Amino acid sequence: MRASFPFSAIVGQDEMKLALMIAACDPGIGGVLVFGDRGTGKSTAVRALASLLPTMSAVAECRYNCDPEKVSPTCPDCSLADREPSKPKNIPIPVVDLPLGATEDRVVGALDIERALAHGEKVFEPGLLAQANRGFLYIDEVNLLEDHLVDLLLDVAQSGENIVEREGLSIRHNARFVLVGSGNPEEGELRPQLLDRFGLSVDVETPRDPKQRIEIMRRRDEFDRHPDAFVEAWKRKNSALRSKITKAQKALGDVDLSDDMLEKISMLCIALGTDGLRGELTMIRTARAIAALGGASDVTTKHLHTAAPIALRHRLRRDPLDDAGSAIRVERAAEEILG
Amino acid sequence: MGEVGAGRWDDAILSASLFAVASHDIGGIHVRARSGPVRNAWLDVVREMIPPEITFYRLPIGITADRLLGGIDLAATLSQGRPVFEQGVLARADGGVLIATMAERMNGDTVSNLARALDTHQIVVERDGVSKITPSRLAIIAIDESAEPDECPPSMLLDRLALSIDLEGISIHDIVTTYPDVDEIKDALARFDAVTINDEERAALSSIAMSMGIYSLRPALHAAVIARAHAAMEAREIVEPDDIIVAARLVLAPKATMWPNEPAEPEMEEAPPPEPEQSDDQDDQPDEQTDSTSEIDKPLEDVVLEAIVAAMPDDVLAQLRNSNAATMRGGRDGRAGVVQVSKTRGRPAGTRRGAKIAGQRMNILETLRAAAPWQRLRGADPAAGNLRVLAEDFRFNRYKNKTETTTIFVVDASGSSALNRLAEIKGAVELLLADCYVRRDEVSLIAFRGTTAEMILPPTRSLLRAKRELAGLPGGGGTPLASGLDAAMALAEGVRSKGRTPVVVVMTDGGANIGRDGQPGRAQAGLDAVSAARMFRATGISSILIDTAKRPHPQSEEVANEMDALYIPLPRANAERVAETVNLAVAERE
Repeated sequence: MRASFPFSAIVGQDEMKLALMIAACDPGIGGVLVFGDRGTGKSTAVRALASLLPTMSAVAECRYNCDPEKVSPTCPDCSLADREPSKPKNIPIPVVDLPLGATEDRVVGALDIERALAHGEKVFEPGLLAQANRGFLYIDEVNLLEDHLVDLLLDVAQSGENIVEREGLSIRHNARFVLVGSGNPEEGELRPQLLDRFGLSVDVETPRDPKQRIEIMRRRDEFDRHPDAFVEAWKRKNSALRSKITKAQKALGDVDLSDDMLEKISMLCIALGTDGLRGELTMIRTARAIAALGGASDVTTKHLHTAAPIALRHRLRRDPLDDAGSAIRVERAAEEILG
Repeated sequence: MGEVGAGRWDDAILSASLFAVASHDIGGIHVRARSGPVRNAWLDVVREMIPPEITFYRLPIGITADRLLGGIDLAATLSQGRPVFEQGVLARADGGVLIATMAERMNGDTVSNLARALDTHQIVVERDGVSKITPSRLAIIAIDESAEPDECPPSMLLDRLALSIDLEGISIHDIVTTYPDVDEIKDALARFDAVTINDEERAALSSIAMSMGIYSLRPALHAAVIARAHAAMEAREIVEPDDIIVAARLVLAPKATMWPNEPAEPEMEEAPPPEPEQSDDQDDQPDEQTDSTSEIDKPLEDVVLEAIVAAMPDDVLAQLRNSNAATMRGGRDGRAGVVQVSKTRGRPAGTRRGAKIAGQRMNILETLRAAAPWQRLRGADPAAGNLRVLAEDFRFNRYKNKTETTTIFVVDASGSSALNRLAEIKGAVELLLADCYVRRDEVSLIAFRGTTAEMILPPTRSLLRAKRELAGLPGGGGTPLASGLDAAMALAEGVRSKGRTPVVVVMTDGGANIGRDGQPGRAQAGLDAVSAARMFRATGISSILIDTAKRPHPQSEEVANEMDALYIPLPRANAERVAETVNLAVAERE
């Protein structure tokens, strides 16, 4: 199988890289939406994310990635009567790809038809939602995803549980995942309900800086011609990034957020008219993650500045008659309130 | 014509040989050609140049997802009593050449899957109980048979194909039968991997791309590969300026959205501006351009640009500019695959159980799944290929049947109040788009003024695209109402032939004063308008006429009646009112 382009070798696109690292650092933020021009390496970056993630402990042989500390009582694998006590093992945090053209049976899971026909057994074959449990679910061209799959995803993302009632099977299992989506807005808009599910959003543009462009061309050329050697050459930088994320994860709980900063966040959200509390909560978590990734012990206005566009730009009320992009509106408000 | 044709043929052959060398590293080649001897001759040349171990596959238009990605093999499944998966074209064509005819009508899902295979060299299948990743390294020949200038393959695909040739205008007499043979190609292939390109040359390609308004990095990357392939053909291991010139001419020039020696902001007067597709902000361009040219070594870039211009006859250059405008404007998916004409087409929307309805397609896997648990009870022996499937097990594919609406605005851009009206229309279009994307509806805009009507916004669902293309709207001049209605009718019929429901919204504030022939004169213009309205009525397409005059204009009402349009006087139309009225009227008419 073809190696994926190393995350650390991606030139520029700092905001996109930061957003993905924040999501890796604090999955609770609720995923990332990457929207933008063609040929900007959106999907390259997301696919490279897997190599940055630490491992996690899961019940061995559990196809739903149950946490050994908190085995789900409804887990179809772990709740089997004849099952031995859970044995933990370390697995890579899953990054599951939901390709366009996927059928519903593969997404939610379905009756394992071979076993049903050959042995007359009624066994559930888990789908992508099971594989993605406790990990990431990536949808490229998310704005082109078929409507019935979007409905299904929204439902599961809401409840954190996948409930399957089909072919006489009645299954429920945990399906908590971080949604990562990418797409080109020229191909169509994203449904607002789905947009809401993303914690962070980034707009990517084609780099215009000549030096950056040449560097991208050079690295891409090297990767295309000698993928293994290229991946090897970037291994050290990649593992440095990985340990940065692991460290930040550990430090996250100790990052201080003063009342002053809290107030600024809430003023910012009010000024922008973001609906509900979600904007504020995401701002808080994002700013913390940014501080932790930067090795800081307190959240400062600098962190808020960085956090504001990615945490808030997709939460503004749509105003098609306002020509200023949402990024600019966030920028303006941040400038005014944070100074 | 002869000289142009011969030049084109030479380029087509050169492109074919470079395609043969770099095939799987450059996405493929976009071939603009209707069927005929010239196209056949070109394809024969390609077949002779490509080493025989590489197989050619065909990608039929309207291919279904199970054929493209893989699906259940019905015969094998039934005879073996277990699900048997059959690979799709994308997996089978791994390492081969995939020929897609009528690429301009390729549907969105097919394009997305092709794009993914080109980007990652593999396909991920999660269908019909099968989960697998299969290599899919493709070289695509996308044959574009479009007749209309603003019809073309989706830009999602075009951006990924390095080469682009135009076989139109080549006569059979222009065809010269000397070209590199397969042994020369094989020699070049053996050398290709070792050919190197330096940073100065990369810089030249990157900045030429930028100055032509190509911001996506893919074409620049592809141009670098083509330069290496050309060096390999010339028996060199180091890229030289000649190779850069060829690469820029064959890869970048056909994708240009502006010509480097032209002002960055193209004229608004005659043609709709060829929008640079990658830029969000047009104002940035001039600055960015000077940036890119000042920092980088200039000479090579200039040499290359001069050489490109010199190599092209004037009319080709002009034509190139025009066709580029079309490419940039029309570059969206060809929708043809999502026609909602029957219950067997359209976007899949899950499965349903129940009795067979004529013409519906059974979902074999889901049917087997439904039957599987009962096999023992029914006394069947699946292992021996003996299955008992009853009517109650049948599952059928469900498709989204709701037809999608395309709202076509036909706006009077004449006279003094035109600017005002256009601004409101722009607002209304954007409001409708912001509001209707859940329903996957499209909006389009035709403006008439002066002597003709022109399409300002081709049908789109993208708010972003609408904002870009409506950025500057021309106004002023006479009122050629008949031409506006004719243009609306042509577009609406095209929309309908793609299985969507067109709704035409005409907005005008006064009487026609320019006839169909472009000549002034109220009397003839009025007669022409009425006759256009009658022809419109014959199509049975739903329409609304919004009269924005201060006092309702009698002729407007007459035209509305003749075309069987809903007549709505709306003297102080603003964006919100227009959008609201259209929404209500569309809901009523549907």
